Amino acid sequence: MLDDPQKPLVRVRDLKMHFPIHAGLLRRRVGEVKAVDGVNFDVIEGETLGLVGESGCGKSTCGRAVLRLYNITGGEIEIDGREIGNTPQSQLRDMRPTMQMVFQDPQASLNPRMTVEAIIKEPLDEHTTLNEAEKRDKVAELMDAVGLNRKFAKRYPHAFSGGQRQRIGIARALALNPKFIVCDEPIAALDVSIQAQVVNLLEDLQEKFGLTYLFISHDLSMVRHIATRVAVMYLGKIVELAERETLFAKPLHPYTEALLSAVPEPDPSLAAAVERIILQGDVPSPSNPPQGCNFCTRCPKVMDICKIDEPEYREVKPGQFTACHLYNETPTATSE
Amino acid sequence: MPDGGAALDVQGLKTVFRTRGGEVHAVNDVSFDLKPGELLGVVGESGSGKSVTMMSLLGLLPSPPAEIRAGKVMFEGKNLLEVDPETLRSVRGGKIGFVFQDPMTSLNPVFTVGYQISEPLIKHMGMNKKQAMARSKELLELVGIPDADQRLMDYPHQFSGGMRQRVMIAIALACDPKVLIADEPTTALDVTIQAQILELMKELRDKLGMAVIWITHDLGVIAGIADRVLVMYGGQIVEHAPVRELFGNPKHPYTSALLKTIPTIRGERAKRLTIIEGQPPLMTAAPTSCPFRDRCDRAMPVCAQKNPPRIEVGNGHDAACFLEDPLEVANAG
Repeated sequence: MLDDPQKPLVRVRDLKMHFPIHAGLLRRRVGEVKAVDGVNFDVIEGETLGLVGESGCGKSTCGRAVLRLYNITGGEIEIDGREIGNTPQSQLRDMRPTMQMVFQDPQASLNPRMTVEAIIKEPLDEHTTLNEAEKRDKVAELMDAVGLNRKFAKRYPHAFSGGQRQRIGIARALALNPKFIVCDEPIAALDVSIQAQVVNLLEDLQEKFGLTYLFISHDLSMVRHIATRVAVMYLGKIVELAERETLFAKPLHPYTEALLSAVPEPDPSLAAAVERIILQGDVPSPSNPPQGCNFCTRCPKVMDICKIDEPEYREVKPGQFTACHLYNETPTATSE
Repeated sequence: MPDGGAALDVQGLKTVFRTRGGEVHAVNDVSFDLKPGELLGVVGESGSGKSVTMMSLLGLLPSPPAEIRAGKVMFEGKNLLEVDPETLRSVRGGKIGFVFQDPMTSLNPVFTVGYQISEPLIKHMGMNKKQAMARSKELLELVGIPDADQRLMDYPHQFSGGMRQRVMIAIALACDPKVLIADEPTTALDVTIQAQILELMKELRDKLGMAVIWITHDLGVIAGIADRVLVMYGGQIVEHAPVRELFGNPKHPYTSALLKTIPTIRGERAKRLTIIEGQPPLMTAAPTSCPFRDRCDRAMPVCAQKNPPRIEVGNGHDAACFLEDPLEVANAG
């Protein structure tokens, strides 16, 4: 992993984000939710790393933790050559322009009392020394870049549709010429026909400005479209990470297999051929994960060792990482 | 269409909301029928009128602002839009079951699950508490909830999302409905849980022989579960076809465009997603032209002059598009 030919822009090692649970009269700490529990990955400059998983698996927390929107429990984060994992928030300010975020709900992430112009201009006010006229020009430029009519600069967010609001959010994220953008479910709140518009826009902007994305989504088909490499999370851990085509064609981890097979196929002639793996039961609570492998309670290929030892996350095939006992040295009954 | 065999027959339904900003014509002249034992899928984007149509059938919309302007909903020889509230109440939750999108907000958090499943049994089937509880237990087992005995005494917050949706299905099935209307029942769920619920629905439909209307915006779900499909856009049915026919041979430009915009995880990966330019219509007036005209790349002059009727294009397949009318195509040259 360390001798990648391309230069990683983001390096995350053993990232942990635990949230305390307080209970009782004295609000004593009784446990913790291990939302992200030891995650390793790189994001290579110019690529899109897709981060997929079901709700509650920790993918959003992971994205926010990477940008240090939380004070992390442990681990290292390096963005653009600078270690930010343990830097105090006050010293992170000058790093903020490099790393930006696009949020899921454009309704909630835009201030309803600010005009579009004010929203997009705010980061410029905070981080640049441009004068008012220059800022206005820059805002107009950004609105052009994301396909918003610049005549609407004085309007408020409520006057825009969902897809347009998401464009405002993207323009704001672009304002400071960032290198790295975390897109946290940017299309989940949009209709199918609008989703495609936003995804195409993100791709265009990536090409134009040389952006690097961490694209968080639960929509596997959209991730297959946009991502260069894909990481699959389950219960706070990455279970598999591989090149897009490899992951979708030859997944290694049983969870990835099940997840892919569960995606409904819109083509009925193909749908009949899909071999469905229906997982039993629900995801265990992240405050009380099972012993051994986190997936052992639902895994169709579970072995005895899975309930005792946690599998190591390692590179099983070139560029394909997984954490599963099926692929450990001791050749066991692998049923591929 | 109105043959005696249909489980539910809807004709010319029109629903309008009166708001401060004027009227919103949410459902415009919607007609369809539902055959016994079939699974009818209804697809459309948000605001296309799919949920409002179903809510209108059962008188679930608050009036005002909603107003049902026209239409007939025939169920067991009665027009549900004209019956007295008492009869309608006995149909709802009795012979017609309803599953809503969000299982958390549609279950009452202060009553046990057992109580909530028993309620329709006591109201509609005249059971006593004990019988109702026994039946509730059977229902929970039917929808695949383990330890049904104990779980009856639990409250909704003690169930996970998928389990709650199973409880909702159990409630909807309680009185052996002839028709089950499921409004985006899996949208709030994760894919692996969605797969469980879809399997369960198919199984239950075969076992109980009821007719199901399944509303969703997910074409993938429709492909896997439906027999026939209605595609809605701008408050109208724009295409209606058997499922294979719809996906293999879509006739309405909206349907074809919609099928092209969704990426798949199997098969060829498109370099670039096809998009449908523009926005859905506002529906502030009764449509006088085709609602999809502004976004359609094959629009003709006639599309701006009148609203296309549903034109039969094949066996059980119709599309509301002038492109299917040889006369109009010839006129356009």
